[in-house]
Amino acid sequence: MENGRSSSGKKDTSVCEIPSVAAGEIAAICKTHGNDKHRMLDILRDVQDRYRCISPSALNRIAEATGLTRIEVEGVASFYSFLSLTPRGRISIRLCDDIVDRYTGLEAVTSVFEEVLGIRVGETSPDGAFSLEYTPCIGMCDQAPAAMINDVVLTKLTVETARHFAKTLKSGQSPEDLISDRFASLTPHERATRMVDNNVRHAGDVLLGPVPEEAGLNHAIGMTPTQIFTAIEESGLRGCGGAGFTTGRKWRFAASERAEQRFVICNADEGEPGTFKDRVLLTERPQLIIEGMTIAARAIGASEGILYLRGEYVYLRELLEQALEERRRRGLLGENILGIRGFNFDVRLQLGAGAYICGEEGALISSCEGLPGEPKTRPPFPVNRGYLGFPTVVNNVETFCHAARILDRGARWFRDIGTEGSHGTKLFSICGDCLNPGIYELPYGHTVWEILERVGGEDAAAVQVGGPSGTMIARDSFHRKLTFDDLATGGAIIVFNGKRNILEIVEYYMSFFVHESCGYCTPCRVGNVFLQKAIRKFRKGLANPEDIEYLKDLSGTIIETSRCGLGMTSPNPVLTTLQNFPLVYAAVTKPNKDGIRDTFNIQSAIDGARKIAKRRSYIFDRDFTQ
Amino acid sequence: MSELPKARIATASLAGCFGCHMAILDIDERLIELMKLVDVDRSPLTDKKRFTQRCDIGIIEGGCCNEENVHVLHDFRRNCDVLIALGQCAIMGGLPAMRNAIMHSDAPLRECLDEAYITGRYIRNTTHNVPNDPALPLLLDEVYPCSQVVEIDYQIPGCAPGGDIIFDTLSRLLTGKFQGFEREMIRFD
Repeated sequence: MENGRSSSGKKDTSVCEIPSVAAGEIAAICKTHGNDKHRMLDILRDVQDRYRCISPSALNRIAEATGLTRIEVEGVASFYSFLSLTPRGRISIRLCDDIVDRYTGLEAVTSVFEEVLGIRVGETSPDGAFSLEYTPCIGMCDQAPAAMINDVVLTKLTVETARHFAKTLKSGQSPEDLISDRFASLTPHERATRMVDNNVRHAGDVLLGPVPEEAGLNHAIGMTPTQIFTAIEESGLRGCGGAGFTTGRKWRFAASERAEQRFVICNADEGEPGTFKDRVLLTERPQLIIEGMTIAARAIGASEGILYLRGEYVYLRELLEQALEERRRRGLLGENILGIRGFNFDVRLQLGAGAYICGEEGALISSCEGLPGEPKTRPPFPVNRGYLGFPTVVNNVETFCHAARILDRGARWFRDIGTEGSHGTKLFSICGDCLNPGIYELPYGHTVWEILERVGGEDAAAVQVGGPSGTMIARDSFHRKLTFDDLATGGAIIVFNGKRNILEIVEYYMSFFVHESCGYCTPCRVGNVFLQKAIRKFRKGLANPEDIEYLKDLSGTIIETSRCGLGMTSPNPVLTTLQNFPLVYAAVTKPNKDGIRDTFNIQSAIDGARKIAKRRSYIFDRDFTQ
Repeated sequence: MSELPKARIATASLAGCFGCHMAILDIDERLIELMKLVDVDRSPLTDKKRFTQRCDIGIIEGGCCNEENVHVLHDFRRNCDVLIALGQCAIMGGLPAMRNAIMHSDAPLRECLDEAYITGRYIRNTTHNVPNDPALPLLLDEVYPCSQVVEIDYQIPGCAPGGDIIFDTLSRLLTGKFQGFEREMIRFD
């Protein structure tokens, strides 16, 4: 894979040493996680935090403690981009490299960091103090450019603030000092909102308006599981992560499977570039999320739940831990919830480590099990055999919140909001070239025009609905509606004005998929690289009309033969722009007259040999001695 | 009945092993039948080194590993109406493309030549130099399949393709009946 090639193609010249690892400490870290191989991700994260890398000797010790082979541990450690086998800096700076960040001055911000810290992107400073790298979308597109400094998030960076932050860090202050000099005395919620604005621009009735505490759960305990399923089904609630599966049916399937144990997992791994709605729910409605999970647990008969938080949202960890703790204290989690005998349910927080693919439910379950985040073969579906082989309900953050609200206000109330087939409200995370980027809670059924008027993006030339794996539409499609049946979205809406280069955006999105493909199946691992190369050819003006057919053919193959949703949607940036922006492609395509490929450059192909032979080419170079 | 004018065919072997040209001879006695339909222009089979006139079909064995291969391939594309890539090397780069796998190196070509002529364990090269006669064409940075250098009209897969598939494809092309391969002809299991 290309990125693998570039990173390992360069000899690692970092002089900082692998810190010596105390055997006892590694063993202690493993022990805090019960020497449990299913908690591998937690163990590796802790080791990474402690030693800045997971060294060969640490791999051996972890393998010993958990009873795995070293190669299994290394397989996990090398999969996640936040884990590293070579030392990173004590302060690790990750600049968000999303297309929106690029359009809001990422390049200038990058050069400031490079200049002040004296290292380039991808390098670690010789004294081991800093490392600087790019990371795909960290969910801050409404306040780009953004960066993660260890566990701290900085937003709305400018050249000036970047210089100030870099200098402050260089002078030896901690990343927390950048947020507030009395950081330690702030509550977790204050910390989170100091770092990141919620940017709630429109609060709807369901989620972001006033929400009474535990109303849904109180109703749920008086209902039988079947009544709960029926209520959720009748409300018309569909999964809010993007795929839109009917939530009630999912729950019913999981409950009808005969099993000793069942699990509820909340998918808070929103990695789709341009999506940041869950971020706001996690910050403002943590209780409602866990309430929704508890209701699901009550309905399907689960006693354990997992809240899978993406590694980029580590700044919300404390806040969520606090929310969980509070619920345990109030008897809303743990044993005999609300005093009901046998109603036992608890939730653990599982932190990811920077892998987009873990948003796919199979990969997410793999990740929770301490494995590399690779999707599982379907069927069996998670509702039949999921986490550790038990029936598992995996739902998006927003879906759980909706479920709790439906049980409070009733299926009828929810069903009456929105349109036929797409009921209720949806959180839209809108960013890009508009005046008011942020979160809008709106009923389904608005047209793109209505949305653009609301956000101040009327001069948009293109709108990416649903992130890279969704649909890119042009002005002639702005009358289309945001529903499951027309323009489906997990929430992301990215606005681009007429100055943006569509092919640049497409190439960026393809490079994103190339980076995030887990590498398990060939069509996705290789096909996306070929797609990216083909798009680059268009951008260079070297494409022929037949290359358009090639794009369609290859995209079709990738979609049809990939193993999971990533490959089934990764060609969408290409396909939807081919369909909606044909003139963009036509403008840079010219027919090839003599059948000789312009993309093959003989001069660059023989350059290396020319230098080795120390002579000119007698076929392709002119003789200047005459 | 007036006879159809004969088609002109040219062939070349680039970075291949000549096995595909041997496979052309595997047409066996049907060659006589084929020769009723075609004249062979530039080809190792006729030992003609240049095109004498424009050809209908050019058949290429092997990919491009050096500048001469590129030169010949360009020449074929300019002088042939239809260009066929014959065999795996022409289609995908084949065995010679194994050197493309030297990728984790700052100077892959240098590394390849060093191993082939100087540092390899079984090398007996008393000069300890990489050959550099002016008559030797410069190597390309990697081995390219033909379709990356010029447009290719048809590909006949196989390593080497069997005589049957070559005869079948050529005779159907010449009579304008070629519609793609039968599945049985291109499965190898």
